[in-house]
Amino acid sequence: MEKIDLICIGCPLGCPVSVTMENGEVREVTGNTCKRGDAYARKEVTDPTRIVTSTVRVKGGRLAMVSVKTASDIPKGRIFDCVKALQAVELAAPVKIGQVVLPNVAGTGVAVVATKNVPAK
Amino acid sequence: MKEYDLVVIGGGPAGLAAAAAAHEAGLRDILILERDNELGGILNQCIHNGFGLHTFKEELTGPEYAGRYIEKVEQLGIPYKLNTMVLDLAADKTVTAMNRQDGLFQLHPKAVVLAMGCRERPRGALNIPGCRPAGIFTAGTAQRLVNMEGYLPGRKVVILGSGDIGLIMARRMTLEGAKVQVVAELMPYSGGLKRNIVQCLDDYGIPLKLSHTVIDIQGKKRVEGITLAAVDDKGRPIPGTEEQYDCDTLLLSCGLIPENELSRAAGVELSPVTSGPTVNESLETSIPGVFAAGNVLHVHDLVDYVSEEAGAAGRHAAQYIAAGCTEAAWRTLPVSCQNGVRYTVPSAIRPDAAGETITLRFRVGNVYKNKKIAVYAGDACIFSRKRPVLAPGEMETVQLKTALLKEHPEAAGITVTLEEA
Repeated sequence: MEKIDLICIGCPLGCPVSVTMENGEVREVTGNTCKRGDAYARKEVTDPTRIVTSTVRVKGGRLAMVSVKTASDIPKGRIFDCVKALQAVELAAPVKIGQVVLPNVAGTGVAVVATKNVPAK
Repeated sequence: MKEYDLVVIGGGPAGLAAAAAAHEAGLRDILILERDNELGGILNQCIHNGFGLHTFKEELTGPEYAGRYIEKVEQLGIPYKLNTMVLDLAADKTVTAMNRQDGLFQLHPKAVVLAMGCRERPRGALNIPGCRPAGIFTAGTAQRLVNMEGYLPGRKVVILGSGDIGLIMARRMTLEGAKVQVVAELMPYSGGLKRNIVQCLDDYGIPLKLSHTVIDIQGKKRVEGITLAAVDDKGRPIPGTEEQYDCDTLLLSCGLIPENELSRAAGVELSPVTSGPTVNESLETSIPGVFAAGNVLHVHDLVDYVSEEAGAAGRHAAQYIAAGCTEAAWRTLPVSCQNGVRYTVPSAIRPDAAGETITLRFRVGNVYKNKKIAVYAGDACIFSRKRPVLAPGEMETVQLKTALLKEHPEAAGITVTLEEA
């Protein structure tokens, strides 16, 4: 039996939620005051994911950097791999919102897309 | 120089939404003045996600959210001038501005929307003792350097203040390879959103020290270290609790202040609590025809509310112009605050000038649990809602039914208060 303590981010209340795990499965969720807290806690201990946002360099653009994001959430444990992979990328202006910057970032199967228009200089 | 009916000062989220809404309300002669080299304002450097859940029912990044409104303004064909600094706003609404193409010029609009946003509280306003080396940045300056200009301002970082920008930058600098050692907050609670504490600090093992502050900065040319200490309930450092941190960078995330140099010079009445203009239910300031919305009015936590508020200001400006720039002498009810409610926007309501509903926004001065928000017209309660928790970091919104307010013609004023639930 393993106990994991979390703070629910479902609303400003920020309930302290405890999850009891056994053999990788959720046994019990306590401390939450609503259904959303239960769902958040179960996802967070079994499959935590995040949208990752960062920037990549742009050549010949009106700005030196363009902002980017993962098109959907990726496993929390792969965040640093994702950012590292993006540090090697350089785009040529113009860049359009939604343009794929890196397909299948760090083997997650998720694409990284631009979130800003950067016109050429 | 061509004249315009409405001049919007500022091309950030508030200015864009105000201009678009004024256009949709039928006004055609609108100009946006923006001092930066692009529209979008501070959203351009807020590359993280979480914007637009209310407005677009999806989670966007800052630049994407700005992009939606920029596209709208372009589609509507609303003209704007970039790289244009407004130098003065006069009481008669004369706008004096300058840029490289037009030089110094004056406009004489029928109405003005103030949408200049806010500024960060700098070191000079915080009275931190110690040396004055390089390496001390406001969190927003660091955000611009990292996200737009591509520079990492430091490698070993301490952050003072737990405002949202500081929390976001703790994560951002960690991802870019910096070591963020600690976030210190003077108050016993965080000024930031819960989700940012979990996803920006807890995810990366960055400690948050509440009731702590920086009592010394060391380093001659560049920051070399800082001293942190716990504070008592009056905010005074407690001797013996000092902790030393070696760092090359100190980020400050200690609050935002509405930017009202222009408003003040024009003679617009400002609230000592919000540092923004006092406005009525139409978001009109003490100068008829001058409206205000967004962070220049009061600091918001969500851009969705900025867009909503600015849309209302734009519509009211269009109505003011359509009505021939005159206003009836409506009955005006002052709004007063009690029991932890720090301020309200608007701070005065003219029931006969209001639409079907009136939106009241406010913040509380402390963390409260199990309370109810109550609104009184005179002695009669016209609104009440239970709130399990209220915190200074989260703005509260109340929708009043104008019809209920009109049922109490004897009321001399409106009171917003917190009561036991």
